[in-house]
Amino acid sequence: MESLNIEGSAKTPTIKFEPATGKLLIRGRSIPENSIEFYKPLVDKLEEYAGSPQSSTNVDIQLEYFNTSSSKCILDVFKKLEAINAGSSEVVINWHYEEDDEDMLEAGEDYQAIINVPFKMVEMEEE
Amino acid sequence: MNLDIYDFYEKMEKSNIMLSFKGEVTSELLTSILQIMENKMENLEESPKLRRKVYNILVECLQNLYHHIDHEKNGASDSPNKSAVFMIRKDGEAYFIITGNYIEANKIDLLKGKLEKINSLSKDELKEYYKEVLNNGEMSDKGGGGLGMIDIARKSGQKLDFNFLPVNNNFSFFSLNIKVSPN
Repeated sequence: MESLNIEGSAKTPTIKFEPATGKLLIRGRSIPENSIEFYKPLVDKLEEYAGSPQSSTNVDIQLEYFNTSSSKCILDVFKKLEAINAGSSEVVINWHYEEDDEDMLEAGEDYQAIINVPFKMVEMEEE
Repeated sequence: MNLDIYDFYEKMEKSNIMLSFKGEVTSELLTSILQIMENKMENLEESPKLRRKVYNILVECLQNLYHHIDHEKNGASDSPNKSAVFMIRKDGEAYFIITGNYIEANKIDLLKGKLEKINSLSKDELKEYYKEVLNNGEMSDKGGGGLGMIDIARKSGQKLDFNFLPVNNNFSFFSLNIKVSPN
């Protein structure tokens, strides 16, 4: 299964997913007007990965901004991860936020309350 | 009609307008506006926290305009008017994001009901409502999920200040005024 590499832009995040190591990274800004189209390749890839996942799957979410259109797509991604976690892979979602960004921390906690996957809240120091 | 540009300038200056736009809202326009506002706030040395709040709320306000503009047929020329208006002003420490767009009369009740519901909720209730709508599995074909106004209310920490001004039998002009304070 091939890796997925999407380069970031002014409105969309960098996405790196390596099925061979079970590592997923989403980093940057996610504020496209239509996010369904943008997240479809990742959702499809995770669907495929769910068939034969690694024993552990490590997810890093490092978003600076995301709009509400993206928030439903991110939930879809997490629901795929929830299914993978319920199967044969142990999933951890590392939710990164800048040290004084309470809104981003709270957004992570909102997902944590909905999704049955272990979350780690990771505070980053500001540059 | 003679347009008094100095009069426009003075009114904008007195109201501390940082940026204003009237016209069709496109994806490219949003990218540019966001870039301009980021630079302006950086030059003003605003705190990262305020910058993030203004940016987030601006994204939602502008994308609402992008997705939800209804067209008012201009009586004189009968040409569709897809224009919206928005302004960003700073008063003291606070930023104000003001938007205006046409809305079809038959859609007012639904939107008004939603905004009134949001305004009736406490901070904790808003959080629960956000999670409920986030997880309801619905997504419009426009890519919105009905979360924008809830998010604006949560991030601004203010009641939504809105108005519907009747224009004719079929259309009203919907306006929203969002205050974003540093604290």
